[in-house]
Amino acid sequence: MRPNASQPAIFAPRSGPLARKVDWVIRHPRMFVFLMVLPITLWLGIVYIGALIALLIQSFFSIDEFSGVVVREFTFKTYGELLRPYNLDIILRTVAMAAAVTVVAAMLAFPIAYFAARYAKGKWKALFYIGVMLPLWSSYLVKVYAWKLVLAKEGILTWIFAKLHLTWALDGVLSIPVIGGNSLSVSYMGTFLVFLYIWLPYMIIPVQASLERVPGALLEAASDLGATPRQSFRMVLFPLALPGIIAGSIFTFSLTLGDYIVPQIVGNSRLFIGQAVYTQQGTAGNIPLAAAFTVVPIVVMGIYLWGARKMGAFDAL
Amino acid sequence: MTDAVTFRGVSRHFGPVKAVDEVDLAIHDGEFFAMLGPSGSGKTTCLRLIAGFEQPTAGSIEIFGERAEGVPPYLRNVNTVFQNYALFPHMNVLDNVAFGLRVKGVSKAERRRAAEETLELVELAGYGTRRAGELSGGQRQRVALARALINKPRVVLLDEPLGALDLKLREQMQEELRKLQRSLGLTFVFVTHDQDEALSMADRVAVFAEGKIQQIGSAEDIYRRPSTRFVADFVGSSNVVPADLAGVGKMGQWASLRPEDITLDKAGLAATVTGKFFHGRVTKLSLDIKGQSLTALIPAHESTPDIGETAYVSWDASRAHVMELEA
Repeated sequence: MRPNASQPAIFAPRSGPLARKVDWVIRHPRMFVFLMVLPITLWLGIVYIGALIALLIQSFFSIDEFSGVVVREFTFKTYGELLRPYNLDIILRTVAMAAAVTVVAAMLAFPIAYFAARYAKGKWKALFYIGVMLPLWSSYLVKVYAWKLVLAKEGILTWIFAKLHLTWALDGVLSIPVIGGNSLSVSYMGTFLVFLYIWLPYMIIPVQASLERVPGALLEAASDLGATPRQSFRMVLFPLALPGIIAGSIFTFSLTLGDYIVPQIVGNSRLFIGQAVYTQQGTAGNIPLAAAFTVVPIVVMGIYLWGARKMGAFDAL
Repeated sequence: MTDAVTFRGVSRHFGPVKAVDEVDLAIHDGEFFAMLGPSGSGKTTCLRLIAGFEQPTAGSIEIFGERAEGVPPYLRNVNTVFQNYALFPHMNVLDNVAFGLRVKGVSKAERRRAAEETLELVELAGYGTRRAGELSGGQRQRVALARALINKPRVVLLDEPLGALDLKLREQMQEELRKLQRSLGLTFVFVTHDQDEALSMADRVAVFAEGKIQQIGSAEDIYRRPSTRFVADFVGSSNVVPADLAGVGKMGQWASLRPEDITLDKAGLAATVTGKFFHGRVTKLSLDIKGQSLTALIPAHESTPDIGETAYVSWDASRAHVMELEA
């Protein structure tokens, strides 16, 4: 008799009511998966989608202009209000800002992410992650107010330009119509710089992740087949990194579209969508118009993703 | 005639690691040249030096008589078939194959025609619209080959191209590669760690160990007349025995003796059988002659003594080869 022949080939089932239930679930993979996705389904389905639908319904109501009471009847009147020049300006201003922030963030993020993905190893990689993530650990409000001080007319930036005898350059930039202003802290340019700073990590991380997944051999193959570095970038690296850039741009674009604090603290007094929602639902008490404004970023993001898909941005996934 | 590739004292060091160490090499125009060696022996680095992915730390490299140091890969008319094929995942087969022409600015219609022609050459006509991910290993291999050949390179570099294929497909691809190389008359440089592959395919073989070339010669040269103990052992696992026992050379020299050259012979030397393994076509015997262990391959139809018994063996001394170097 072999020494292990006294051991059972199959162990006795575990006892106890909980252990028996766990064993049963493990033997039924469908049940297992169901239990795993149940919490997130409830959250997404009821709390998130439910709230979204409530919002959508609100946007089809209107407000009685005399009494200020919400009229619970289906109408496109509120959406009509969105198209008034004043409101339309808010939408265009916000979308233009979000687009500018996204494009410049992508251009800044790419080389940083490329360095991190291709060359940084060991402690340099750790340093990269800390460097990118560290700003996210401090309060958003503190950072925005800090930027207000940095960009103010009496701020450190003006001082540095003066010390470097470059005041003329700063003045030149500030004198550009529309985006310029009295000082950076009260111009669109200032708003842009703060948005760019605040959202840049959300672009770097997905781009870095997508670049990390591009095998080095593919770039060697491109070069081997005669592609100059510029061609390698355009035909191989960029298309393969595009899903990451799109993922990053979803963050930078939608976060800028919805933000109401940055333009309130840094910038001129013209409203962005987030501010419009804030004032409509708070001060003005016009919930339907606030809801309609909120629908705008959702629609814009939908169009953006649909366009990206059409252009083949997700082909490499 | 100018050689396709010439190495003169080429070294490539990675910090303290001498991946390639003072290698001299001449690859002739139109030959099928194999670089054989275990992993880390420097063969792949040599290939990468020819492709331009690495630059030599010292020495000079010429490709068809032109200095190649400092020349980036995209300025070399040399194309590589990568180990894991490195096909572009975001392009279909046709675009992968046509890539080399696209970067040269060849018109769309022209490169499409050329790509289809090249796909036909590797017997993949009609696969143009497939994605690389939808192909089997053998088909990817062919796409990678077509992509390299479409540029009409002067030298084709193949980095363990058959490593990921199963045995049957491998043998088929070996034959096809060889046929293709002959019909196109191109210079192929083939890196492999598989000695069978190197011996059966190549006109000449360079055996690498520890960054240095141990021996360069025809397959038969390498097999019959290994110059070092390493070559004798790595290529076809030879018996390395004292020369006087083998019946050749002088005292103190060592000779290689192939296992298949040892035969059972009633009038031969007495040897103790220490192991016996049936391999189908042959029976492998582990023998011990006066403390010297030997391996013999005996055709399976001959009856062989069992473990512990005495076998009488002999060999033709002219089959034994005295090695010049002791390494």
